[in-house]
Parts: sequence; structure tokens; C-alpha cells
Amino acid sequence: MAIFYILLIFMIIAAIIAVETKDLLSSVICIGAIGFGASLMFLFLRAPDIAITQIVVEVLGLIILIRATISRDLTFISGDREFFGTVVSVVIIAVIFLSGMKALETKSFHEIQETRQLHPQAVALPDFGTPIYDVTPGAASQKYIQEGLEKTGAANLVASVILDFRAYDTLGEATVLFTSIIGATVILRIRSKKLLEEPE
Amino acid sequence: MRGMTVIVKTIASWVKVLIFVFGIYIILFGHLTPGGGFAGGVILASSYVLLMLAFGREFVQENLPSAAASRLDCLGAFLFAMIATLGLAFGGSFFVNYLYQKYLPGEPLHLVSAGTIPLSNIAIGLKVGASLFLVIFTLSVFCKDLRCKEPEADSEIGTSAGEKE
Amino acid sequence: MPYALCFLLFVIGLYCAVVKKNMVKIVVGIMVMEYAVNLFLIMLGYRTGGEAPIIDKSHIDPETAQVAASFISSAVDPLPQALVLTAIVISLGSLALMISICIRTYGEYGTFDITEIRRLRG
Repeated sequence: MAIFYILLIFMIIAAIIAVETKDLLSSVICIGAIGFGASLMFLFLRAPDIAITQIVVEVLGLIILIRATISRDLTFISGDREFFGTVVSVVIIAVIFLSGMKALETKSFHEIQETRQLHPQAVALPDFGTPIYDVTPGAASQKYIQEGLEKTGAANLVASVILDFRAYDTLGEATVLFTSIIGATVILRIRSKKLLEEPE
Repeated sequence: MRGMTVIVKTIASWVKVLIFVFGIYIILFGHLTPGGGFAGGVILASSYVLLMLAFGREFVQENLPSAAASRLDCLGAFLFAMIATLGLAFGGSFFVNYLYQKYLPGEPLHLVSAGTIPLSNIAIGLKVGASLFLVIFTLSVFCKDLRCKEPEADSEIGTSAGEKE
Repeated sequence: MPYALCFLLFVIGLYCAVVKKNMVKIVVGIMVMEYAVNLFLIMLGYRTGGEAPIIDKSHIDPETAQVAASFISSAVDPLPQALVLTAIVISLGSLALMISICIRTYGEYGTFDITEIRRLRG
């Protein structure tokens, strides 16, 4: 468990540096550090599929981000917005943080079992270390793990979930990726009518 | 975006083949080991990105196939939708794994198993790889007041829009 | 406690996306928020001392050819991993779209500052 805390503190420090530094290239490199820390976290959280995807996506994302920040005459934009707007934003974000801390309070597994005897449908967020399908009655993940191999034949249960049990989500994801790539390609198109008008 | 030295260019053209084969392996064995269509497609795209970074903008504009990439992208999306619609024809409802349930069960833990899952992986890998290659190709040949004029290369002939406003 | 640190990462990204003036800094803030959300979803499905949800030859009973009960009781949740897999690839597509908007705006206005791009130009 100590490795999780070390990696999380590393990611938080890198995020603070990425937010506060005035040089754009440094903040992009800190994004790379956060991404690699996240990939290590996924590996220790027993998700090798996600770790592979996160590392390769991180590398391509870094290339795309650096393409935007390599510019010769980029002046350092100093200061934030006006003072009143910054103070109001910080106060609201502090309120969001405190209410999030209250909402993410966890109970241990034994407490949830005892409360379940009085109120049979009680659900709470379990402690870190108990998966959430243990405390949810009738969860779908139980069926996916027990019957995944005989109903789909795939040894990789995550692949059987995304391509057989929940294939509609993959269809939606393919559509979203298609649309965003078309959008990016159309925005960066250079109108060639100017080239035809210029020699005349 | 200018290219790099001769050593980098030579090594990049050899390593690109290895990365491409690794991407194909991750896609094909997606139903047995971690990986799958998405990670494999991104690895395929990054093998071409290596070429783009090593060789510079003029080589990329002339030699790398961007029209073929957009056609492959559409072909991948169309294949994925066709596999789903054939489930409607053969199995009774959309997205049914008809190959596993009726025609070709195979044995678990072998390459030929799990029905339509490897075919869907191939379609998704093709689609994701071609899309990401296309977007990074467009980003690297775009040139409008953002570091276009390199000090020593005469690039006005090759690029299509080198004019400043 | 790990959930609290993950939420702190999300709030740092939210602060950056709301307060900063530079367009690329706003994109950086949105990326930090996406990393925090993906991390939180995977952390929900973790079991202490669990195994990855991939069936090996050693997990299959030789007699009945079914998955062993020890695997079923010690596997981590595969459902959040399936959701996060598509979310990571979608975040790359949206990053490409945001950066293409930034590059195009820089080409038209000459700056990344969002308080100076208010004038409309044809």
C-alpha cells in the first residue's frame, strides 16, 4: 500500500508544478510525468490492459502537446485574471473540495455487512481494497467473472466485456473517435482558394 | 519540422518495422493476453510517427500515404459495423457472437477462439491506428505562422501555404 | 485516504482550467482532470491481494474445465477497466481536437491569451 501513496504524492507534486510554472514546455513535461505515474499506478492496481494503453497514449499525447508549444515568439503571459474573479473561483473550488471529501467517506466491509442486516438494501462506499461489486447486491461483474469464459470463449475478461457483453459502448467510442478526428482534420485545413487568387 | 541526422534516420527505418510487427501482435492476441484493439492501434500509429519525427516535413508530405490512411480509417469503422450487422442476420440480434455460439467455437486459450472478438479487435485496431496517424500527419504538415520558416531550409516550394498574413 | 488524494488531483486540474489565461494551460488542466477520473475509476475496483482479470492455464480446473473458485474470489473488477479503456483513447482524440483549435487560433490572432481574442475577424 505504500507504493500507492508514493505514486499519488508524486503525481500531485507534478500537477502543482504543471499548474504554477510560467514556462509552457515545463508544464507539458510535467504532464508526461503524471501520465507515467498513472501508468505505474495502473500496473500496481492489477490492470495491465490499461497500463499498456495509458503509456502509448501518453507518448502520442506528449507529441501532440509539444507540437503546439514549440513556437519561437511565444511571450510568457504573466499574472492571472483580475483579483476578484480569482478569489471567487478559489472559494468555490474549496467548497467543492470539502463537499467531495464528505461524499467520499468510506466504511469498512464489516460495518456494511452489519448495517445490511438491519436495512437490506444499504450501500456505502467501501474502503480502498474492497471492490465495489462485493457490496452491491446483484452486480454484473459477478456474472462476468463466473461465466465469461464459457459464454464468450475469451481468456481476457476485459476484452470479453468490451467486445461481447458491452459492445455498444465500443461502437459509441469508435464513433466519438471518428468524429473528433474529422473535426481536427477539418480545422487544420488550409483554404487553397487564396493560392488561386494571388497571382491575378 | 526538419529531419534529423543520418544515424537517426537509418535506425528509425529499421526500428519502425519492429514496432509495426509488435503492434500487429498486440492486436491479434487481444483476446488472450492484455492489450487488444485500442493499444495495438495506437502502437501502429506511433510506428509512423517515428518516421515523421526522424525524416522531417518534406519527406512526410511526399511519401507517406495520407489518402490511403483516411480510406483505411473508414474501412475499419465499416468492418466493425458489418460484423455487428451480420450478427443480426446469423444470430438473431445485433452484436451477437454468432461465430462462437454456432459456427466456429474453437478451444479456449488458443488463437482461434472467442468467435468474433479477434475480428472486432482487428477492425478497431485498423480504425484507431489510421485515425491517429492521420491527425498527427495533419498536425505536422500544417504551417501557418507557427514555426514554419526554418533558418536554413528553403521550404517555400514544397509546402502549400507558407504565406504570412 | 487514496480516494482523497485522487480527488485532490482532480481539484488541482479544475483550478488550472478555470483560473488560467493561457490556452495551453487550460488544455493541461483538462488533461489532469481526465487522469484523475480514470485513476479513481480503477481504484474503485481494486481488491487487496487480488489478481488481474486474465484467465491462465493454471486457473482452470483440469477435471471440470471450469474456472477455479480461487480465481473467482480473488479477481479484481473487470468492469471499470473496460470503461476506462475507451475513456483513455477518447481523451487522446479530444486532446487532438483542442490542440488543433489552439494552433489555428494562434495562426489567426498571434497569441495564446484568451482575453485578447475577443475581437471578431472575418
